[in-house]
Amino acid sequence: MNFELETASVPGENLRRVAIDPVSRVEGHGKVTILLDEDNKVHQVRLHIVEFRGFERFIQGRPYWEVPVMVQRLCGICPVSHHLAASKALDLIVGASKVTPTADKMRRLMHYGQILQSHALHFFHLSSPDLLFGFGSEVGRRNIVGVAQQYPDIAKKGILLRKFGQEVIRLTAGKRVHGTGAVPGGVNRSLTADERKELLKDAYQMIAWSRDAVRIIKELHQQDPALYDHFGTVRSSFMGLVAPDGSLDLYHGVLRARDADGRILFDQVDYQTYDRLITEEVKPWSYMKFPYFTAMGPEAGWYKVGPLARVQNCDSIPTPFAEHERRELVAYAGGKPLHGSLAFHWARMIEMLFAAETIKDLLHDDDLSGTELMAGGERRREGVGVIEAPRGTLFHHYQVGDDDLVTMANLIVSTTNNNQAMNTAVREVAKQYLDGQEITEGLLNHIEVAIRAFDPCLSCATHALGKMPLEVTLVDAEGTELDRKYKA
Amino acid sequence: MNDSFLLDGEDIPFTPGQTVMQAAAAAGKYIPHLCWHPDFAAHGSCKLCTVKIGGRFATSCTVRAAAGQEVENRTEELDAKRRTLLQLLFVEGNHFCPSCEKSGDCALQATAYEMGMLTPHFDHFYPDRPVDASHPDVLLDFNRCILCELCVRASRDVDGKNVFALAGRGTRSHLVVNSDTGRLADTDFAATDRAAAVCPVGVILKKRVGFAVPIGLRTYDRKPISAGMGADDKAGAGIGEAG
Repeated sequence: MNFELETASVPGENLRRVAIDPVSRVEGHGKVTILLDEDNKVHQVRLHIVEFRGFERFIQGRPYWEVPVMVQRLCGICPVSHHLAASKALDLIVGASKVTPTADKMRRLMHYGQILQSHALHFFHLSSPDLLFGFGSEVGRRNIVGVAQQYPDIAKKGILLRKFGQEVIRLTAGKRVHGTGAVPGGVNRSLTADERKELLKDAYQMIAWSRDAVRIIKELHQQDPALYDHFGTVRSSFMGLVAPDGSLDLYHGVLRARDADGRILFDQVDYQTYDRLITEEVKPWSYMKFPYFTAMGPEAGWYKVGPLARVQNCDSIPTPFAEHERRELVAYAGGKPLHGSLAFHWARMIEMLFAAETIKDLLHDDDLSGTELMAGGERRREGVGVIEAPRGTLFHHYQVGDDDLVTMANLIVSTTNNNQAMNTAVREVAKQYLDGQEITEGLLNHIEVAIRAFDPCLSCATHALGKMPLEVTLVDAEGTELDRKYKA
Repeated sequence: MNDSFLLDGEDIPFTPGQTVMQAAAAAGKYIPHLCWHPDFAAHGSCKLCTVKIGGRFATSCTVRAAAGQEVENRTEELDAKRRTLLQLLFVEGNHFCPSCEKSGDCALQATAYEMGMLTPHFDHFYPDRPVDASHPDVLLDFNRCILCELCVRASRDVDGKNVFALAGRGTRSHLVVNSDTGRLADTDFAATDRAAAVCPVGVILKKRVGFAVPIGLRTYDRKPISAGMGADDKAGAGIGEAG
């Protein structure tokens, strides 16, 4: 199935190729190729993921208890999500269909620490330079260092919010990155009263700063609705986990999806049956698969996941400040779902506030200091674990033999769910901003802003390092290189 | 003459018949080692415990202590050679510490930290060594074997079962299971055997335990391997038996 601007009708004929390669280099090497004709009209735009990871294959033959630790090496930014999704799947393998209250709350705390740090990283370190200075602003300033110089208060809050989230992870998982806190059937530690007290000292400040962050992005929307409401608009269905009562829950729940107008497509679906719901399509030009709702087919069945999907999918948010902000977003949208790429940032900050409030609530719960860490039951051979990672719905599916070795692994990572949506966003932006224009770095950054809004693993290293390694090559139809520009 | 020798300039007492390693361990002094264990006869194969005695190289686990010996141990020259030996061990097997359940309890990893090994330096062999998960209670992950033969000795000399052996020669040397099928399930090996708890690396693993002990609380998280021979410890014991 091809979409508009995905495949040029006559690719070789008088078209030149502009490549953004790499888009960035976090957890995946991605590039964008754009085919333009002599009048700079856009004929084809593709976001390619050209790195092959192969985790699903080399997990096979390994003992199941190793998987939650091994598989989190997929990512250095949201390893907790993989760690927990794998642990949830393997809970079922060891017969722990329900873990102990202490295990459940320790994992939730770890997860919301992850949501907080990842969302703070994305908004403050990666995206705020674009949002505060403008997409086409001077490239030398468009990074976190520039933000720190001009908006030191904002930069400081971002750094300290992330630090707090990392500290929550350290105390629950043992390390800030790649810990081992969750094990199949439960957790290997709980928190002491002193550790909880220490975290609580800062928890209220984090809520206040998260509220400030929501205000910043809300004001940006209100200041320039023409840009924020329409840039990189991707009308599509959207999906995510919700709690059984329909409220937002990023750790556990049932699957719910809505169509582009917000009507429920399915609800209360047990994620153990995800493979009956979703088909993964392969395209020859990308290593990343294209999932779609099987019942709707590849053309109509693709969907979005992530903060914007989640905040508009749920009926409510169980913490008061975040729920207030959700209602404001819904009111702003006027009864229909928002689909602009930049609205992701708004939703992401509402979720960060939700995470900060949830962390505070959990820290008051004595179950976190309980001693019942592990549960078990009748061994099973198959389990699916699903979690709402910072970037969206994350599926881990394993089969384990009687000898305890993994025989099958299937992972649908958050960014994969957004593959078609990101491609569509990139095409929309290319059509809107690049069509007929002389290509400049500033214009190309518009493409990256659209990708970055989804917070794929692609977007991160660029701004995190303060530099975007970007190479643009201009070749003619015969493949002869005409020009090359490199920015580092 | 007193029964003592000098280890890096420190007077170490010994009793007749003790090796340099035994005397050093009894005095709480650390000489790096992997194949030596206080409960088993010296093997002398890993060469990590090589010291200089009177200017000549010798494996301290096999050389008898003698009065008046001058032994060099933790010198930069010797530690550099130990680093190289460790690098060779790392590239000959498949040692992926980040996802290894023995990480933090592993004598190879802890010794590499102690010796300041930062890179593998040599090209990896990436040998193909399938795991043996046939036994209901114990997993064998041959990828991490360093050929110390502690399991061979423990199974033969303590358990009386002779479950393990080394086969092949040179770089093709490898650990095998003594059964017709070569599978652990087809031996009388039990998780309670001494051999099940003696592996200094992550080859012989009790199943389904994995990461039950959190990071930060593992053997070498609490203190470096060189501190394992302090006065409070049974000399050298515990290596490989932490997890």
